[in-house]
Amino acid sequence: MANSTTAHAHDDHDHKPHGIKRWLYATNHKDIGTMYLVFACAMFFMGGAMALVIRAELFQPGLQFVDPGFFNSMTTMHALLMIFGAVMPAWTGLANWMVPMQVGAPDMALPRLNNFSFWLLPFAFTLLLLTLFVPGGAPAGGWTLYPPLSLQAGDSFPLTIFAIHLMGISSILGAINVVVTILNMRAPGMGLLNMPLFCWTWLITAYLLIAVMPVLAGAVTMLLTDHFFGTSFFTASGGGDPVMFQHIFWFFGHPEVYILILPAFGVVSEIIPTFARKPLFGYESMVYATASIAFLSFIVWAHHMFTVGMPLAGQLFFMLSTMLIAVPTGVKVFNWCATMWKGSISFETPMLFALAFLFLFTLGGFSGLMLAIVPADFQYHDSYFVVAHFHYVLVPGAVFAIMAGVYYWLPKWSGRMYNEKVGKLHFWLSTIGVNVLFFPQHFLGLAGMPRRIPDYSTQFADWNMVSSIGAFIFGFSQLLFVYVVWNAVRSGEKAPARPWEGAHGLEWELPTPAPYHSWDTPPPRNVITQGAMH
Amino acid sequence: MTKAIRRVPSVLALSAAAFASLSAHAEWGNLNMPVGVTELSKEIHSLHMTIFWWCVAIGVFVFGWMIWSLVAFRKSQGAKPDTTMVHSTKAEIIWTVIPVGILVIMAIPAARTLIAIEDMRGSEISIKATGYQWKWQYEYLGEDVSFFSQLDRQSDEARQLKSGVDPNSVQDYLLNVDNPMVVPEDTKIRMLLTGQDVIHAWWVPAFGMKKDAIPGTINELWFKVDAGKTGIYRGQCAELCGRDHGFMPVVVKVVTKEEYKAWLAAQKAAASPAPAEAPADAPAADAVAALPAAPRG
Repeated sequence: MANSTTAHAHDDHDHKPHGIKRWLYATNHKDIGTMYLVFACAMFFMGGAMALVIRAELFQPGLQFVDPGFFNSMTTMHALLMIFGAVMPAWTGLANWMVPMQVGAPDMALPRLNNFSFWLLPFAFTLLLLTLFVPGGAPAGGWTLYPPLSLQAGDSFPLTIFAIHLMGISSILGAINVVVTILNMRAPGMGLLNMPLFCWTWLITAYLLIAVMPVLAGAVTMLLTDHFFGTSFFTASGGGDPVMFQHIFWFFGHPEVYILILPAFGVVSEIIPTFARKPLFGYESMVYATASIAFLSFIVWAHHMFTVGMPLAGQLFFMLSTMLIAVPTGVKVFNWCATMWKGSISFETPMLFALAFLFLFTLGGFSGLMLAIVPADFQYHDSYFVVAHFHYVLVPGAVFAIMAGVYYWLPKWSGRMYNEKVGKLHFWLSTIGVNVLFFPQHFLGLAGMPRRIPDYSTQFADWNMVSSIGAFIFGFSQLLFVYVVWNAVRSGEKAPARPWEGAHGLEWELPTPAPYHSWDTPPPRNVITQGAMH
Repeated sequence: MTKAIRRVPSVLALSAAAFASLSAHAEWGNLNMPVGVTELSKEIHSLHMTIFWWCVAIGVFVFGWMIWSLVAFRKSQGAKPDTTMVHSTKAEIIWTVIPVGILVIMAIPAARTLIAIEDMRGSEISIKATGYQWKWQYEYLGEDVSFFSQLDRQSDEARQLKSGVDPNSVQDYLLNVDNPMVVPEDTKIRMLLTGQDVIHAWWVPAFGMKKDAIPGTINELWFKVDAGKTGIYRGQCAELCGRDHGFMPVVVKVVTKEEYKAWLAAQKAAASPAPAEAPADAPAADAVAALPAAPRG
């Protein structure tokens, strides 16, 4: 410990470029990680504002604020911004910050590529957001872009497609960087099975990204040629099949779901052991469970489209393979429970968010299991029950895990502690808000309310009102998050090198704040074995 | 300070009044899937309840375990961590095998119901429903009866942006059409579904069935409403189909077999004679409203 601190003392007078050039020409993993996180935060608020437009319109039956067409644009843009703009860049940002520090590397393996993959994003989202101002309005056919409806879009169509292409290239390059860093830049002595789970889950996520982002690119390119060049891949009148798009899309789309959630498993697997002061239970089975989930994600895609009229054998296959996912996911939840068992648990903000993840992600898993039962899915499909399900796994799932990660590592990044009181306030408002927001949507769906409708029958009025109230509580309490982070970075108390007494892993062996270049010299082996104690 | 205290009773009264007005048309009790009026919908409902109770049981165990740990092993209560507890092959086998067993137990009845759902044999009436932006067309195959079905005028006026019409004053707001589909009770009906422009989905929750209406494809589903369950059943388009996706309800009027015959004859009579006559291709909307509403209505 003391050794490594002195060994890195020279990093402090490491000169870095100043002003705008530091960010424009950034090749440093920490600077790029910060840019990713700030970008994700901006998109989170923009997508959140759109969600609030949706919930404001749904506060009461009748149309009070927006035209149905604009409402559809809001649901479409909200999803695209949150998935591609907020959650995925946030994970890449965390990977940028943490992977080199955790594997004992000085930086990411491909720093210039890193710069390029980040700087594609602002252009991609400028294109996407421009669609709000073009004739015909923003895309309104749902983020899934199902033809023939998506082909009815106005001038927004090519902009949306090119934006998705740019996001896809950015994700693939980011993923390649993570794979190369993890496979080639680990410190001598750090085997793959010594890595922290965050690196493992990200390694698997990166392979998923490399496998499926080209599939999405292909699907949207076929849409583009259908629209502009007279092909009919998906146009029935020309011999094409709209259902084929859905198969291709969900072959991307289901692994995408795990791209959003696997890194969350990694973060939670770091945080729970730290605050239970006990090594992660069943480390290897966690790795294998993650790999099995990733494998299964490739053979369950059609459970998103049970109602398109598949052959019986197909429906049975996709039902069974989907149910199977519950097994490795269950293994993970049980391992987290066993990690806390006989631990010594304290409840700092990162742990609170990780615990909320544990409870609410499991709840989302239950509704997922219900959705796997095909006959019942015929009722649930495209109803608010589905909306409740995927928001439970995405908001208190992925988003809470991102926030947990930020609270957990912020002292290491900035050298300063956040305000624990405000952090806890943020946690409680978020957790209460998110449940008031999404839990009633289970009821709405079961009672028969379809999703993606701007107005509804009066029998759905009560729970919609409750849900909207929850949305505003949740949405506005996220301003606290920005305040906490800002306040910590500006004027937080100085943080020690290891602010959490139970924290293990190479990142905590570095001085605080982390030096500009993480591990100029590889960490000594005893530090690795000490740090990699799971 | 005192001012604030004096305000408390009035705030309480106000919120009580607000709550009362909410519960006046209360649908707070709409918490679960309705049971439905067909054999299949009952089977689906029972599958839904079975998997739900399995989830509750697993939830009680898992959440119980979590809460127990969080209470019993608090650092603030002096808990000491047992850092040797890092792996147990036995535990891992148990929590892999038991979930697999539960899944098998669930998969068997689910597969059985699914096979019944896909069994289209022995249907007595075939109706083709075509989704348009934004209405449905129903064709009674072999009977030369065909008509369009779209949102009723009252709902349509109330649903315009800032219409000023209170949706609560409209009967069956957004769930009523001008011409409902009419079918007899206790008869296996086969629906053929397709889309004219984009993908739609035909859904009546009380029948337990939903299927996409896709251009270029003909999908099938069947339902058989239990004898004695005549009435009106309402649903909606369930696949995003553009601007007015929320405004193309599905309404099915279930009548006795005799009433159905009479209705069909009237439809044919109205459709076939002299072209001078206005093509009255469907029953009057008020005839629908006159019927007693079904429980789900």
